[in-house]
Amino acid sequence: MNDWKKVCPLDEIPRLGSRQVNSASGTIAVFRTAEDEVFALRDKCPHKGGALSQGLVAGKVVTCPMHSWKIQFENGEAVAPDKGCAKVYPAKVEGGLVWIAL
Amino acid sequence: MKKQKLVMVGNGMAGCRTLEELLKLAPDLYEITVFGAEPHPNYNRIMLSPVLAGETKFADIVLNDLAWYRDHGIALHAGKQVVKIDRKAQKVVAADGTEASYDRLLLATGSSPFILPVPGKDLPGVIAYRDIADTEAMIEAAKHHSHAVVIGAGLLGLEAANGLKIQGMDVTVVHLADWIMERQLDKTAADLLQKSLENKGLKFLLGKQTAELVAGESGRVAAIRFRDGSGIPADLVVMAVGIRPNTALAESAGIHCERGIVVDDTLQTYDPKIYAVGECVAHRGVAYGLVAPLFEQARVCANHLARMGIGRYTGSVTSTKLKVTGIDVFSAGDFMGGEGCEDIVLADPSAGVYKKLVIKNDTLAGAVLYGDTGDGAWYFQLLKDRQNIADIRDHLMFGGHHVGGVGDVGHSGHNKAAAMPDTAEVCGCNGVCKGDIVKAIKTHGLFTLDDVRKHTKASSSCGSCTGLVEQILASTVGGAYQPADTQDKPVCGCTDHAHGVVRAAIRDKKLLSIPAVMRELGWKTADGCATCRPALNYYLISTWPHEAEDDPQSRFINERAHANIQRDGTFSVVPRMWGGLTTPAELRVIADVAEKYEVPTVKMTGGARIDLLGIRKGDLPRVWEDLGRAGLVSGHAYGKSIRTVKTCVGAEHCRFGTQRSMDMGVKLEKMLFGMWAPHKVKLAVSGCPRNCAEAGIKDVGVIGVDSGYELYIAGNGGIKTEVAMFMCKVKNDSEVLEYSGAFLQLYREEGWYLERTCHYVARVGLDYVKAQVVDNAARRAELYERLLYALQGYEDPWAAAVKQPGEYVALEVA
Ligand code: SRM
Ligand SMILES: Cc1cc2nc3c(=O)[nH]c(=O)nc-3n(C[C@H](O)[C@H](O)[C@H](O)COP(=O)(O)OP(=O)(O)OC[C@H]3O[C@@H](n4cnc5c(N)ncnc54)[C@H](O)[C@@H]3O)c2cc1C
Ligand code: SF4
Ligand code: FES
Repeated sequence: MNDWKKVCPLDEIPRLGSRQVNSASGTIAVFRTAEDEVFALRDKCPHKGGALSQGLVAGKVVTCPMHSWKIQFENGEAVAPDKGCAKVYPAKVEGGLVWIAL
Repeated sequence: MKKQKLVMVGNGMAGCRTLEELLKLAPDLYEITVFGAEPHPNYNRIMLSPVLAGETKFADIVLNDLAWYRDHGIALHAGKQVVKIDRKAQKVVAADGTEASYDRLLLATGSSPFILPVPGKDLPGVIAYRDIADTEAMIEAAKHHSHAVVIGAGLLGLEAANGLKIQGMDVTVVHLADWIMERQLDKTAADLLQKSLENKGLKFLLGKQTAELVAGESGRVAAIRFRDGSGIPADLVVMAVGIRPNTALAESAGIHCERGIVVDDTLQTYDPKIYAVGECVAHRGVAYGLVAPLFEQARVCANHLARMGIGRYTGSVTSTKLKVTGIDVFSAGDFMGGEGCEDIVLADPSAGVYKKLVIKNDTLAGAVLYGDTGDGAWYFQLLKDRQNIADIRDHLMFGGHHVGGVGDVGHSGHNKAAAMPDTAEVCGCNGVCKGDIVKAIKTHGLFTLDDVRKHTKASSSCGSCTGLVEQILASTVGGAYQPADTQDKPVCGCTDHAHGVVRAAIRDKKLLSIPAVMRELGWKTADGCATCRPALNYYLISTWPHEAEDDPQSRFINERAHANIQRDGTFSVVPRMWGGLTTPAELRVIADVAEKYEVPTVKMTGGARIDLLGIRKGDLPRVWEDLGRAGLVSGHAYGKSIRTVKTCVGAEHCRFGTQRSMDMGVKLEKMLFGMWAPHKVKLAVSGCPRNCAEAGIKDVGVIGVDSGYELYIAGNGGIKTEVAMFMCKVKNDSEVLEYSGAFLQLYREEGWYLERTCHYVARVGLDYVKAQVVDNAARRAELYERLLYALQGYEDPWAAAVKQPGEYVALEVA
């Protein structure tokens, strides 16, 4: 079952930015959109393992800093024509805090 | 809101492209119904020639399969011809009685082959060449008959003739004019082309006018007879003498037509509810017959159908390329020349090469290339951009790699895309071979460089293979390839505005933040993307220093973290060594840092300083803190910013030195510290013309001479080496600072994001730069002053990170 873990206060993640989170399940990238929604992906690009947390965020997509694949937050899928998927972790904001489920 | 009804008549290339563009902009605005006379989904008509030549199959040239229509909720009536438009009732009626009513109607009926009005034109065995049914009829005829005659030696006729020959027929091409492809080629090129087609086994009869097609015993065509009384056997006749826009339907509904359906710059017909695109259209008196302009029309039309109301279609310049494997012909623009034009001609008949460039008012007006078309895309770009070629006229004939600029392949000698084997690697960065690119173009129906980049990754990294990829695209899709107009090219898919427009809006309307720019210019996406945001951020901070917001989230990670990301996610730190100078104390600190943070690699960079590679992100602030204590700031070894000022030892030590180059270099680097630019900026100062600091390939190169300094600009030592150009001579150190500062400020204010100085100067011309920086003292002083103002009070970002290490450190969860 999903086990919700507290990450940080929302304002420690910049808008249209992200933070790297070390966890027992490996490194996770937690993103914050312009609308203050949060999403979490395994911090490894499906292309060649680039750190997605270091990418540029626009809408609900991050552009990998290595070779510019675009990865979608909601399903972890690369935007076509690229093909690949990063694992998605449930994430939410509650009481001003960011939570992810591992 | 209830959806509006959009009906499209004509299910061909221009119409479907319009729908694709529309669905991208406004997927839910319309309920769409499509009528197509052909019983097929939309296919790539230009690939009929490869189908005829047996190089590909129909299934592979379908552009939008039935699932595409279904997935987008489009009702497709394939095989139904619309025979009536009732404008009052706002509905269309098909031949079988099917009706559909519309709020907006899109006419994309294409054109029909012109059939010579000669006796016998309706005989069995006489066909045109327009659709897949014609192509199949030709393939079938080749199985049972042997004598084919193609009337018309234009692009289509020659492609048909070549295909029929490959299918095993004996083929004669009959042509009225004195040379073939007379609308695309001059006589010399045409003669060369004819010769190589004759070597493939085609026969030609020129200056012949068809009088009659004669039936044989079976009732099928058996011979062709000419005006002069002669004749030859023919059991298949293909008419390829031209096309006529399909306007009958529109005319019968009372819509104004001339050569085609008349539209304005928004592709609207005289009835505001009715739009038209494609070959059926006459725009400013011109009806086009190649897909590239039709796709431009499609983009504009979709924008207006989506009610975004921006974008105008103002006409196109077209280019032609024959799709016959093994033969290279290219032509564009006004290739015949004439009054007020000058020709530059290169002819080497025994090598099978002929090139003619037509020049008018210092711009390229037309080009014909035969045998070596490698530079076609480059010439076409010069032509479309109406670029002034006075400066490069001497080498113009020798192609892009001699001059530099867009469409250049970077490695000369490689520019014969057509001759490359499929296994040859085209893109070294992403390991993409020619065969991969050709296959993607064919199976996905790609027409633009951007499409190829997206699908294959070729040319999407360092860009040095761009020219080669453009050539492959051009040789695979023929004249359908249209390089983007670089002057008007939108910044990215989020907007229709070009860099110049965006820069001007930021300046004229005093916009100070990215959201303000996006609002003002009607950005199509809420947050932009990784292409436009960094550009906007740069334009803001360079136009309004100390006023506009600098948005770290709109910078690439290297600029956001002030260090270079590595492939494994660690970072590298390159302490700045002003002018390449260091001290034992600095070296000691660097050594200590390397040991303390277990830096795996310590290396001298190509920029003459030390790189510490492989530092964990979380350690960065502490590394900078240690370095900072010894007075070392970090180097922007990553940013679109000042990089290094390389120096030689100069008059300080060298027996030949005329000027104190180390000292000059340090002054320049200190002045430019913290300077952001459209792209990176590198300088070098050498103490004498022996030039040990390699000033000849820098954005600004300074060479000491006995009487002062020579200043060179717009060199580049990277992807494609560009030798810097002499700008002027100055007397002393303060003039070096002022002149180079003014030049760099001009570039900062006018350069487009990711344009290096060499590309910027190629665009605006060296004369222009000299007029601003050298000849006009007041302008120079102003530019220099603005540069100093922008750089004043630059806060050391590494010191700031030391104070606020927050974001560098990863969070932890249990
Ligand atoms: C570290 C260094 C290589 C080295 O070990 O020597 C280097 C490393 C990189 N270069 Fe370079 N370049 C380095 C000197 C050069 C030089 C030589 C020089 O500066 O004198 C050149 C040719 C000169 C020039 O630019 O005109 C050079 C031409 C390029 C180019 C091609 C630029 C062009 O306009 O053609 C790129 C790609 C780009 O910028 O788009 C590039 C891009 C890169 C990047 C930033 C690639 C990237 O985007 O990640 C490399 C970062 C590696 C890393 O992770 O640290 N590097 N690069 C050099 C750093 C010098 C410094 O101290 O700042
Ligand atoms: C063999 C061949 C090779 C070519 N090679 C090249 C090339 O190398 N480069 C290049 O740029 N261009 C090339 N072209 C030209 C290019 O294919 C056309 O410019 C392009 O297809 C025109 O697009 P369109 O949508 O205007 O017309 P079309 O693609 O012809 O589409 C119009 C469609 O509308 C249908 N239609 C017409 N009237 C009605 C009606 N009343 N009701 C329902 N449907 C109707 C027609 O059946 C047709 O399917 C080539 C053309 C041919 C035939
Ligand atoms: S350091 Fe420069 S040349 Fe070397 S691999 Fe990286 S980008 Fe290429
Ligand atoms: S590793 Fe992410 S795009 Fe290559």
